[in-house]
Parts: sequence; structure tokens; C-alpha cells
Amino acid sequence: MLNLKAIERKGGYNFAFLDENTKREIRRKTLKAVAIPGYQVPFASPELPIARGWGTGGLQVTMSIIGPDDTLKVIDQGCDGGVNAVNIRKLLVKTTGVGTTFDTAAASIIQTRHRIPEEPMSGRQILVLQVPIPEPLRFVEASMAKTREMHSEMDYSRMWVFLYENIVKWGEITIGARYPSLVNKRYLIDPSPIPRWDVPKLHMAETLYLFGAGREKRIYAVPPHTSVEPLEFEDIRFRVEDFSGKACVRCGSDHTYMNEIYGGPGGGKLYVCSDSSRCDKLRAQRGEAKTHAGK
Amino acid sequence: MPASNAFVLRVTNLAKRYGQGCPSCYALTGPAFATNICPCCGSIVACHDIGFDLEEGEILGIVGESGSGKSTLVRCLYFDEEVTGGEAFLAAYGKGGVNLFAESSQRKRFIRNHLMGMVYQNPLLGIKPHFTAGGNVAEKLLTADVYNYADIRARAASLLTRTEIPRARMDDFPARFSGGMQQRVQIAKALANNPPLLFLDEITTGLDLSVQARVLDLVKEIQRELGIAMLVVSHDLGVIRMLADRTAVLKNGRMVEIGLTDQILEDPQHQYTQLLVHSML
Ligand SMILES: Nc1ncnc2c1ncn2[C@@H]1O[C@H](COP(=O)(O)OP(=O)(O)O)[C@@H](O)[C@H]1O
Ligand SMILES: [Mg+2]
Ligand SMILES: [Zn+2]
Repeated sequence: MLNLKAIERKGGYNFAFLDENTKREIRRKTLKAVAIPGYQVPFASPELPIARGWGTGGLQVTMSIIGPDDTLKVIDQGCDGGVNAVNIRKLLVKTTGVGTTFDTAAASIIQTRHRIPEEPMSGRQILVLQVPIPEPLRFVEASMAKTREMHSEMDYSRMWVFLYENIVKWGEITIGARYPSLVNKRYLIDPSPIPRWDVPKLHMAETLYLFGAGREKRIYAVPPHTSVEPLEFEDIRFRVEDFSGKACVRCGSDHTYMNEIYGGPGGGKLYVCSDSSRCDKLRAQRGEAKTHAGK
Repeated sequence: MPASNAFVLRVTNLAKRYGQGCPSCYALTGPAFATNICPCCGSIVACHDIGFDLEEGEILGIVGESGSGKSTLVRCLYFDEEVTGGEAFLAAYGKGGVNLFAESSQRKRFIRNHLMGMVYQNPLLGIKPHFTAGGNVAEKLLTADVYNYADIRARAASLLTRTEIPRARMDDFPARFSGGMQQRVQIAKALANNPPLLFLDEITTGLDLSVQARVLDLVKEIQRELGIAMLVVSHDLGVIRMLADRTAVLKNGRMVEIGLTDQILEDPQHQYTQLLVHSML
């Protein structure tokens, strides 16, 4: 188990590492992103001394919005203990001194890669997603100038044809993560590589979702109470991953996004929650229930 | 407005100039000067003072030599180009009382996606070679807000069959098709949204003669079956004679004559039309 108390704020850096001008720039662009849901807002910032691909986009957003009273949770693929999560948490705590938590409900800011927590979040929380490729139209068009024009004209027909041809070829839409979704009936977004399972959580949510792309320096947002509709045909609907008949071997939950692991008796497949902290929570509750029953 | 013949498309005073223009542009160009280039400012007056009604179920031919402004005219009507002046009305839009050119670009896109079809001389201007043949038809349907996969699939199959693309080639890429086949995919796509109005710009130019005849037959049949009003542009009077009920003759950006195709061919009034007709005999 990680010891969260062991990380302490170090001097010598500005609060949250970034200089105040950069933070102001990113906050301004974040406000714009919130004002135009789903629209990719370019931002300017000096290069971070951190390799791209380590979530620099999300990191810069978090660094710009975090305050000393925040409680931070960082997850990577649903797991608080992933290498990426541990390093980002370390950097943020060292440069801010904020408290951190594994408990989704206790966090005020959650930075994440590839997952949205299973526990419902409130309007007092902000989820910051790390985005490798912000442009949903990259599937169908390489030129940035062209995709910008397509967004401005709301011309998503080529994405639709891509889905049509996907079905022609495979009998179904094969996009797993990064499922193109229409925000506020206007802008198409790449919701980052979250599984389809997580896409409905963006729709009419209580929580503000901020998306930061470091390489391409883009911020976009899904504000609370905003519609987010995965593209679907009238007769071939969007579907989330199917875990029916499966349950987590650790906590027993059967309505959660699960990872497949091998190693069951006889080398069979086992399933385990991807959201590790919720899994721990449920396990603990189950344990308590057992103890109570035993008294 | 004359109430006798219902128009599908009405065009009045359409003008398109390339270049910044000067007060003499229109006075010093046209057939009388045998040029569309303004001697004062060098601007090109590609179209000026063009007006006509396209009636229900009619094929109107637009004929004229290369550079006379035919393509510019249809490109303006399909909103590929912005006009310099003039008006256009569609019976199917705003009860025929709204000048299309004054609409927002978003409305223009709606009109084009829902109410018009276009077939360009170069098939690759109208279809995308890296979409399948069916995908190209699907694209037009999707822009016209048809989001039912089974419907799209069925409509694409029936249109491609109608334009003589074998069902087995429906999911192939037009990049591998012959020019005639690509042109027929383009026609299928243009028809997808069931438009009341179709523009065809030199659709057989560049095709082999035998292939030309097949494409023209197809257009004629489709027109008879669906009763779509068509604006058929060609520099070739043979094509016009085969397809068009009425014909307008363009010369140096001006419309010099319009009338029944038979009359224009048998008894051309304008001196230029006489030349044009005699040159083909
Ligand atoms: N984009 C353009 N810029 C400048 N001149 C153009 C452009 N497009 C067409 N023109 C000119 O406009 C005139 C009409 O061209 P076009 O409509 O293509 O004729 P047609 O189709 O009858 O051969 C020609 O003189 C042509 O050179
Ligand atoms: Mg032309
Ligand atoms: Zn679990």
C-alpha cells in the first residue's frame, strides 16, 4: 500500500510548479472551453520538463486549477497505484502540499488517464482527463486545417461514413476506447481513451470534466448538465462493453468495468474491477458485513 | 411571377466576376466584344445577366464553347462559388420566395445536402476514392440526415444497381473503378437524397464514346422515372440534343439565346448559335 503521508511539499518551486502566467493562460482557456462545450481551445505554455505521453496536458490543467485546500486523487487506468499515477501524484503533492486520497468521494480534483471512476461524482468535484489525441476527426482526416473547418461547419459526415463502413466490414462498430461523441448537439469530441463503458457518465453529469492534451496543446470541456451523445445509427445503437454473467473476483461487484486476467483454476479467465479504489471500498464493506454477522 | 408553369429553379441576373472589377467591366465584355476579360481592369466576367426558369421535370441544356461560363454558372448555383450578383429561388425552399444566395452558409449547406445533387465532369470531385461506392452514397444520405443503417444500406444498393454498378462491387473502392463506373457512382450519390434538382456538368466529357452513350441513356432513363429537373451543361451539342428539352446558349459569359432545343438546332436566332450549330453539321 502506498503511504500518502510520506510525500511532502518541497520548496524552490512556484505553487503547483507552473509559473503564474502560464496558469492564468490555461485557466482562461479552460473558461473558454467550458463556455463552448466540446470545442478544442488551443493554449500556450512552455514545455514541461516531463516527457510527453505522461499526461502533460491533464497535468497542466490540474496545476492551473489546484489550490492549497484541494484534495487530490490521481488514477491511471482506474488504479491509484499505477506508475503514471504515482509519479503525477508525487509531483503535484511536492509542488502544492495538498492532501491526497484514494477515495473518489473525498477528492475535489481527480486527475485520470483512461477511466472515469465508477462512483457517481458531485458538482463540487472536477475530473481532469489526460488526452493523447484531442481530434476525433483524426480517424478520417489528417489535416488540422481541414478538421477545424469540418468542426466549424459541423460537417461530421465523414466520421459517419467511417462508422457505416465499419459496420459493413465488421458487422458492428469496432471502436472501443475513444468513442466519438457529440457534445451539446454541436461539437464532436474524442472523450480520451476511456472505454465505452465510461462514455454515458459524461452525459448530463453533475461534475465538470476537463480534457487536456499536452502534445497538441488543446483544452476542451464537458460542463455539468451537458448532453454527450455517442454517435450511433437509429437501428445500430451505441453499446457499452458487456460484462453480463461476470463478477469481480475481489469484491464480487457485477456492474463495473472489469479487466480480464488469466490465472483462474485451470488457467481460466478471471475478472477484476478496473476501478481499484471502489473495489477496495466494496471489499472492505463486505468484510465489515461479515464481521458484523459473525458477532 | 408567371403562375402558368411551376418553376423548380428560377435564376435572375446571375453574375460572377473574378477580379476586383471596375465600372466598365460589364459594359466592355460579352459577345459584342468577343471576350469576358475587362480591358480596363483585367477582371474576368465569367457570368453576367443570366436568368431562366427551370420547370418541373424539365431538362434544360446549357451549351457554349469552352470558357463561356457554363461551369461557373452551375458551381454558383451549387454554392461551390459565391456569386457577385443576382438571385436564385428554389420552389422546394421557402415556397420559392427566398433568394438562396442571400442565405447563411449553414442554410446553403442544408439546401445543397437536402435539395440538390451535383455530378461533376471529374468524378473524383464528387466522390471520394477511399470511401467505398456504397460509402459515397451513404455520405450524401448522412448529410441529408438519414441515420438508419439498414435504410442507408438498402438505398445505396438500389441506387448503385440502378446506375449499373454490380451489387458485388458496392463495398469496393472507386479508386479501382473505370472512369465510366466512377461517373455512375457519382450519379448514384447525386440522386441519393432524392433531390428535386440535379446539376450535371460535362458528365461524359473524357469518357470513351461507347461509355458516353451508356451514361447518357442512364441519365435520360432516370429523368423519365423520377421526373427530376436537371440542368445539363455541355460544350457538345450532340449531348444537348439527346437530353435537353430546352437549351440556353452561353457566349463570353452571357446568355445569347434560350428556347426549345429543336428550334435552336433547326432555326438558331443568334449569330453565334448559328455558327455553333453549323460547325457541328
Ligand atoms: N477560379 C477562377 N479564377 C479566375 N477565373 C476563372 C476561375 N474559374 C473560371 N474562370 C474563368 O471564367 C471563365 C468561365 O469559365 P468556366 O465557367 O469554367 O467555362 P466553361 O465551363 O464554359 O468552359 C473562363 O474565362 C475561366 O478562365
Ligand atoms: Mg466547364
Ligand atoms: Zn472489485
